[in-house]
Amino acid sequence: MMTAKGKSILKGIAIGKIRFLAKKQAEIKENAADSAAELKRFQDAKALATEQLQALYDKAAVEAGEEHAAIFEIHMMMLDDDDYNEAITDLIQSEGKTAEFAVKTTGEQFAETFASMDDEYMKARAADVRDISGRVVNILTGTDTGPAESDEPFIIVAEDLAPSETVQLDKSKLLGFVTRLGSTNSHTAILARNMNIPALIGTEISEDWNGRMAIIDGYNSCIYIDPTEELLKTLDEKRVRDLEQRAMLQQLKGQPNVTLDGREINLYANIGNVSDVGMVLENDAGGIGLFRSEFIYLHSATFPTEDEQFAIYKKVAEMMGGKKVIIRTLDIGADKQADYFNLPKEENPALGYRAIRICLMQHDIFKTQLRAILRAAAFGKVSIMFPMIISVSEVRQAKEILEACRKELIAEGKEVGEVEIGIMIETPAAVMVADELAEEVEFFSIGTNDLTQYTLAIDRQNPKLDPFYDSHHPAVLRLIEMTVQAGHRHNCWVGICGELGADPTLTETFLRMGLDELSVNPGGILGLRKIIRELNLGAASTPEATPAVTSSAKEDNQPKKKFSLFGKGKK
Amino acid sequence: MKKFSYTITDPVGIHARPAGVLVKAVKPFASTCTITKGDKSVDLRKLMALMGMGIKCGDTVEVTIEGADEDVAAETIEKFFKENL
Repeated sequence: MMTAKGKSILKGIAIGKIRFLAKKQAEIKENAADSAAELKRFQDAKALATEQLQALYDKAAVEAGEEHAAIFEIHMMMLDDDDYNEAITDLIQSEGKTAEFAVKTTGEQFAETFASMDDEYMKARAADVRDISGRVVNILTGTDTGPAESDEPFIIVAEDLAPSETVQLDKSKLLGFVTRLGSTNSHTAILARNMNIPALIGTEISEDWNGRMAIIDGYNSCIYIDPTEELLKTLDEKRVRDLEQRAMLQQLKGQPNVTLDGREINLYANIGNVSDVGMVLENDAGGIGLFRSEFIYLHSATFPTEDEQFAIYKKVAEMMGGKKVIIRTLDIGADKQADYFNLPKEENPALGYRAIRICLMQHDIFKTQLRAILRAAAFGKVSIMFPMIISVSEVRQAKEILEACRKELIAEGKEVGEVEIGIMIETPAAVMVADELAEEVEFFSIGTNDLTQYTLAIDRQNPKLDPFYDSHHPAVLRLIEMTVQAGHRHNCWVGICGELGADPTLTETFLRMGLDELSVNPGGILGLRKIIRELNLGAASTPEATPAVTSSAKEDNQPKKKFSLFGKGKK
Repeated sequence: MKKFSYTITDPVGIHARPAGVLVKAVKPFASTCTITKGDKSVDLRKLMALMGMGIKCGDTVEVTIEGADEDVAAETIEKFFKENL
């Protein structure tokens, strides 16, 4: 057995024989005798290529959806591009080249231009130009495209796969694919994800693999050639479980997150980018519980402008179509650094100049973001959440700045929307003063990663401390429960957006504590929904009546109120 | 001659798909339409050249429309930018 590592496009297992897709190199003559005849050959080939692309468009539209088929429409337009056609015609007419030589040369030139751009997305478009040029050349030289038909399902291994090749493959026979080239941004990768085919890119492949048995393990980003019987058995079981799991979870879409005895909880998703919203909708999240806005800053070479941020927040709010989007304001510093902030080196960055502390000291940075959020709020249901809070005065200051931004925008005649205001609870200090904090805001979201680190005084990055680390430490769980109780005493809804929220062994505990929301990675939503729907907290159970962790005396039976979104009238 | 400038707000900028739709929107008009960013200008009918400009979110571009139907063309194209880009 041998193993090759790659970059996984889709978590999944594929088992089958390998078909190595060798690119056929067409014989290309350079010079032609009859320019007029060559020009006619080019035009005929182009017409046929356009027809083929139209057919591919129709096929992809059915299999992967209209949006993913659009690439073939772009291919048709590229093929019809004036500059491209002029360059080809010129080579044929003025320089006496053959049609295929002219197309190949021109295609390479245009591909080079894209490949040299400083934008990863545009670089990947070089593959599109090569794809269309290759198609025309293949028609001109009579080389067939795509793999031959086969009766047996197979794993495709190739240098690279052009989008058109991916679509041409017979999906009922295709188990997965492995390529040496390609990027996670390529259309091929996107199509693979959409068609749910396990795939690896960036893998050192070999032609010798042709016809051999293999397993793609998308979880471990590798392919096993000639796997042992034992591994085959293990991974096949995993593959079957995957399929069952997926089918079962799909059935939970559109179902409420409600226990057998009727307790309901919101399941929201954590995101870092606009590109994650697709996954959020795909997994039927009730909203976005944590939009880590710092990723906008981390992916930028300089401070992102108000308009840039506005465009992103607006897009997310619109895509979520009226579902709640909770944007956490800039949480930079500690392990998240961007050079242009010029933050000084600190002895103890986790306890240092970070998150809301930066925002309250450097108002210009903070206001740019707040203005963008307020403007985006006019296009959807947007909430704002301040990170790393330790005291009431910080919340008041942040709210004052927010209010000032709102007034400025209104004075400038800009449209602004209502925002629900909340804070992250991620320091023990915030838990201890949660009652006072709750007077200021409409919701709490517990950041369990930092809360655990600060409570246990354990750095999670240090593997030496693993023996001391307990993610279910009663101290942390009690702090969470105290937060819920304090929040509910003051009409604040309380959620968790840290890793602990996704821990299935704690779901019941959290429901018993009375948490109103759990925000987890999009992929975790349906799994949690399943757990919740199978739980029974006991018929008489109200969250406040059932102590979850502590045996400490409960305040009383605060009636659990439905949290409202806006307009609690808190000042 | 008609002219307008516009700051791109679509987070992805003018990449392949938006470029394709833009070229399509411009094609029906007889006027010459040119897009300029910095010192680079290209004909809005030329998809690959347009993509090659690598126009990103936040970039300000200037669009010039000149020809027999420039009035209606300018109006339609400006509307297209506002709604789609």
